[in-house]
Amino acid sequence: MTNNTHHTHEPLIQVSKRDDMTWYGSWAVRAIAIVLALAVCGIVTVLLTGLDPISVYVSMFEGNFGTSRRLWAMLKELSLLLCVSLAVTPAFKMKFWNIGAEGQTLVGALACSACMILLSGKIPSALLIPVMLVASVVAALVWAVVPAYFKAKFGTNETLFTLMMNYIAMQLVSFCIVFWENPKNSNTVGVINSDSMLGWLPSVGGQKYAMAVIVVALLTVIMYIYLRYSKQGYEISVVGESQNTARYVGINVKKVIIRTMAISGALCGVAGFLIVSGVDHSITTSSAGGMGFTAIMVSWLAKFNPLFMVLTSLLIVFLECGAGQIATAFDLNHSVADILTGIILFFIIGSEFFIGYKIRFRTKKKEA
Amino acid sequence: MSTNAAIELRNITKTFGSTVANKDVCLTANKGKILSVLGENGSGKTTLMNMISGIYYPDSGQIFIDGEEVVIRSPKDAFDYKIGMIHQHFKLVDVFSAAQNIVLGLEDDQGFDMKKYSKRISEISEQYGFDIDPGKKIYEMSVSEKQTVEIVKVLFRGADILILDEPTAVLTPQETQKLFAVLRRMRDAGKAIIIITHKLHEVLSLSDRVSVLRKGEYVGTIATADANETILTEMMVGKKVSLNIHRDEPKGMQERLVVSSINCINREGSTVLNDISFCAYSGEILGIAGIAGSGQRELLESIAGLQKLLDGSITYNDPKTGEAEDLRNKTPREIRDMGVRLSFVPEDRLGMGLVGNMDIVDNMMLRSYRKGKSMFVRRKEPKNLAEEIIERLGVVTPDSSTPVRRLSGGNVQKVLVGREISSSPTVLMAAYPVRGLDINSSYTIYNLLNEQKKKGVAVIFVGEDLDVLLELCDRIMVLSGGSVSGIVDARTATKEQIGLLMTKSREVHHD
Repeated sequence: MTNNTHHTHEPLIQVSKRDDMTWYGSWAVRAIAIVLALAVCGIVTVLLTGLDPISVYVSMFEGNFGTSRRLWAMLKELSLLLCVSLAVTPAFKMKFWNIGAEGQTLVGALACSACMILLSGKIPSALLIPVMLVASVVAALVWAVVPAYFKAKFGTNETLFTLMMNYIAMQLVSFCIVFWENPKNSNTVGVINSDSMLGWLPSVGGQKYAMAVIVVALLTVIMYIYLRYSKQGYEISVVGESQNTARYVGINVKKVIIRTMAISGALCGVAGFLIVSGVDHSITTSSAGGMGFTAIMVSWLAKFNPLFMVLTSLLIVFLECGAGQIATAFDLNHSVADILTGIILFFIIGSEFFIGYKIRFRTKKKEA
Repeated sequence: MSTNAAIELRNITKTFGSTVANKDVCLTANKGKILSVLGENGSGKTTLMNMISGIYYPDSGQIFIDGEEVVIRSPKDAFDYKIGMIHQHFKLVDVFSAAQNIVLGLEDDQGFDMKKYSKRISEISEQYGFDIDPGKKIYEMSVSEKQTVEIVKVLFRGADILILDEPTAVLTPQETQKLFAVLRRMRDAGKAIIIITHKLHEVLSLSDRVSVLRKGEYVGTIATADANETILTEMMVGKKVSLNIHRDEPKGMQERLVVSSINCINREGSTVLNDISFCAYSGEILGIAGIAGSGQRELLESIAGLQKLLDGSITYNDPKTGEAEDLRNKTPREIRDMGVRLSFVPEDRLGMGLVGNMDIVDNMMLRSYRKGKSMFVRRKEPKNLAEEIIERLGVVTPDSSTPVRRLSGGNVQKVLVGREISSSPTVLMAAYPVRGLDINSSYTIYNLLNEQKKKGVAVIFVGEDLDVLLELCDRIMVLSGGSVSGIVDARTATKEQIGLLMTKSREVHHD
């Protein structure tokens, strides 16, 4: 009799966490996601433009690898994005939500251009590039340590703080552009030292972007070793996982927060330096180009593993360069390319859900 | 009589996995009466109340309201049956005023008229003698005021059955008296009131009847008029059960850790440690008993260097140098740098003692990774240690590179205890080391503690099962409300004696 009062309320879909997926299982899920994404993109392309989707994909590839010039342009974008991604990684691994990489990079770029403009010809040219690098690193480091200090000392919200620092950095650049205008009234800085090429990163093997690529490749390996094998990297993991545990084993949490953000900022400074000295030879308010935010996605998608970040940043850059190519090759509005990029990212980010969670649908049970 | 019952539970059973939280529990709360539900921690009081208020759904059993069987599937159902629950942790919106919180979520067909509501709130306050300012914001309120808002909230919605989960835990004695006056008035107005508590004197002074739970099982109900502290304690702790835990006579006892008159307040400003003094000897196991939240955690954390103390001293006598050193307000790192070999198995294993997402090897390094001048960590020794612990303590795991979060509770604990004793400590503190462990794992832990005691370690064991405390420990210190209410010899003490000490309130000054 009492059995009648037994009710079960099983929901239609049950989502539960899982952490038992093998590495090949999770890569299989990701591969399926990409295939699905390409299929959906194909359908959307046909519906919107009537173009043959295969030729669109081919054009995407060509946009990245078609010519040596395109390849190097892609590598340049890749190395810059990867550099900023490496910068945000230690902070995010520590669960310090640094969304100020944009501003930190910009301030680094600003310091770099300031040195280029103000010091060229006044100090030996062999010294100029090291001075530019140090200035960029120090400026970005300060930009990152300020919010870290306030977080450690007063528990301020780092997300808001770093975000607002972005705007200050941008205004600072606008302000400086007024003084450095070239030509007058153009409201831009123009190419700095376009004749003397002072403070420009030298080209390697005839490739002007090669130096940036080499630097970032080295940084990737160093960051991987730092996070995986160094004591400081270990402390970052512990603080990120549980501040209580960190305190329990005697880690000075405040010190780790500030130190890690200093590293994060310094790397943003390197990125700023590479942008100005190695690539643009100029500065605008959009020199960082939103990379400070894209980098967060690169870092998360790679689960904070610097080696995987090569792949995830390649994916993002590939989509961007490819999108640009589609737009020009088929004379399309750039928005179509953006839609395709959006669909692909949606599937890839969405696949992470299926790797982390199990989905079970309600199975019909016979009533007893 | 049965027409008088506002709510009746029959044979309610609820299990979580393999743990039985409630087994065949029967309860009746009458209109115009106050029923106390009494029990130790983990006796299933809160689970039971959560089933009445629709948060959990029972596995089996029946619930009757006004003599009719009902099904309570959700908090909304509970509310429709005029059941109101006042949780231990308030569920209020900080930036809203009292009145806004009270009417939050209310469905009113006649439009939303704040004036009308304020008037009703004032009426309710007047009727029961609440002291409440409807316009005051929650974040400006004291704990007691917030509680008042919670109570008015359920009354405003017309609750006839009120459940209060440990309502006095956060109140001062004066505030408690005020709350009791209000509860009596509500009782006189015909409400059925259920209060969950483990404070005996409150039970005796407030309620009409008491129902006692022990380890999820229903022990019985008696009228308060027929009860006294001894009877209730006996019902609560039960008869002594023999566990056959091995115990040696302590040997070579020396004063290892002398705690004298330490005081500590928490972030909210209330006293959590009140003038605590004791001594832990080498070669003995000192048990610490008490209701949860009586200061056990704070006491151990003070010794480990994780709590700031107001005053007092914690003296460590180094067995090697013979020197006495004060550990008070030192950081864990300073304590280690002083050469004090203090090991601590905290209550929160994955939140404090270990890092859940790291593998066993990396968790082994937590204490020792700093060793050496190199800037890189060495994973060789931790790996050996991990393998050794897995082997010796029989940790069930695929390998040493498995994240500890994937291990079962008992294995997690073996990893943690194994690491803590691997540094050959002179003082070993363990907080609830067998909580949630099966019998075999529990005995493994008891054996490890005994082994340490034999080696001359001063072991401090915080436990909740009195049978275990009585058989494992040499002495038992009982905490109550942040003070030491007694230190007894575990070989001669009885369960009732400890139970009484646990519920003993600090002597109130008589005028």
